[in-house]
Amino acid sequence: MTEDSSTATTLGAREHARAQGGARAEAMPTLPASSWAPPPDGVDPATLTWAETVAGGGYTSKLISRGSTVRLTDVAGDACAHLLLFNADQSWERLNVADTVKVLWQAYLGTGHLLLSDQGRVLASIVADTSVRHDALCGTSSRLRNEGRYGDGAAQGPSPAGRELQVLAAAKHGMAGRDVGPGLSFFKGVRAESDGALTWIGAAPAGSFVELRAEMPLVVVIANVPHPLDPRPEYTCSTLEVLAWSGPGTAASDPLRTASPEAERAFLNTDDYLAARGIR
Amino acid sequence: MTETLDDVISDHVVAARAPWSAVVRAGELLTIVDLGGNQAVDCLLYNAADTAERYSAPDTIAGQGNLFLSTGSRLRSGLGRVLMTVVSDEVGRHDTIGGACSKESNTLRYGHHTKYQHACVENFLAEGSRWGLTKRDLVSNINWYMNVPVDPDGSLGIVDGLSAPGLRVALRAELDTLVLVSNCPQVNNPCNGFDPTPVRMIITR
Repeated sequence: MTEDSSTATTLGAREHARAQGGARAEAMPTLPASSWAPPPDGVDPATLTWAETVAGGGYTSKLISRGSTVRLTDVAGDACAHLLLFNADQSWERLNVADTVKVLWQAYLGTGHLLLSDQGRVLASIVADTSVRHDALCGTSSRLRNEGRYGDGAAQGPSPAGRELQVLAAAKHGMAGRDVGPGLSFFKGVRAESDGALTWIGAAPAGSFVELRAEMPLVVVIANVPHPLDPRPEYTCSTLEVLAWSGPGTAASDPLRTASPEAERAFLNTDDYLAARGIR
Repeated sequence: MTETLDDVISDHVVAARAPWSAVVRAGELLTIVDLGGNQAVDCLLYNAADTAERYSAPDTIAGQGNLFLSTGSRLRSGLGRVLMTVVSDEVGRHDTIGGACSKESNTLRYGHHTKYQHACVENFLAEGSRWGLTKRDLVSNINWYMNVPVDPDGSLGIVDGLSAPGLRVALRAELDTLVLVSNCPQVNNPCNGFDPTPVRMIITR
């Protein structure tokens, strides 16, 4: 705070602030998204709408259009994407994990699984998956759990809890803790024994990815934090890459729509909503 | 699990297909009796002092490393705290991954002809509104007496129940807890033996 300080004056402070622009960090968004290189195979860079690397212990969110494909990539093999989805028009309609496993008669997520809302509609479809190690049962971590596991669970601390980050992300879309319910986690697998006991199966190799296609306009919330059953004593979570590009919704001829009678009716309900709402 | 008259704070028979709710104070016991056998009792829990803190199926599952609820299960909130503990269980296991039936999900599961059948979400919305709760406050719930196995390949489903007439499960409140119940009206799967029946809810001290 001496007269020699470069930030002692408004002009000096401005110069100091502006000199920081252009720096690079391991985790950061790329803007415009179309400048992300290289684009995914077969994707026109001009259609990219989201390009971001999310730090372990970080979160992100975005409102995306119907037909968007979101690719999540576990770059270094220790990411864990804790996902929430909301109808962008009416956030009280959100991912219903119980219906997502019950209606489709399947507890383990993979290609072809439909992520259902509480209104009997498809929020998003899993259209690609090279990981096949995901979890719809254990949700994310609480501050209390992380305090017990790692000594701290606050958003600003060294080992943030997933719920703390999801509530912050939801708040930026006008929501609050009541809107943050059970979610899904990608890139860390759990399997159930016949007696209900859960077994941790960890991650697939680095570079695994999963792609979700938005079937209606969505608010996407992602916290990248360790899975609650991760047995390692250290808070271990590596960078998550998020790319999205725009496109059409699932086509009328797509076999996803007729994969099961439940899927067929879920898409019928979604189409019915979109038609009445005027979303193409 | 016998109670003397002096111990009883309330004792209600919940009609088939109907909702019920009450605040169970810390230290009090809620005993649920499956009067007719194999009757799913859909249940949500809220911290009575701040209903933004509510039951979390995933926190409960991750906390015990097991999908099924039975004696010893700690029923946790999304903040990781224990709202209630299962202190006795005459059935063996109960579900918390299957969620509640709704008119909307019934259209997916069974067809659009089921739209005008009553459902648990209707009960939760109606009974919850008496406490200021709304749609935003509904999350994955507990299904007492419901049997949802998961096969090695991940296949899961609601199958024939393990309960029988008169079997009980008892919960001790660890915090003052608002208990919201839907006596499940579902008639399209075996969760109620295809015949919804009354259940009894006894609060004792």
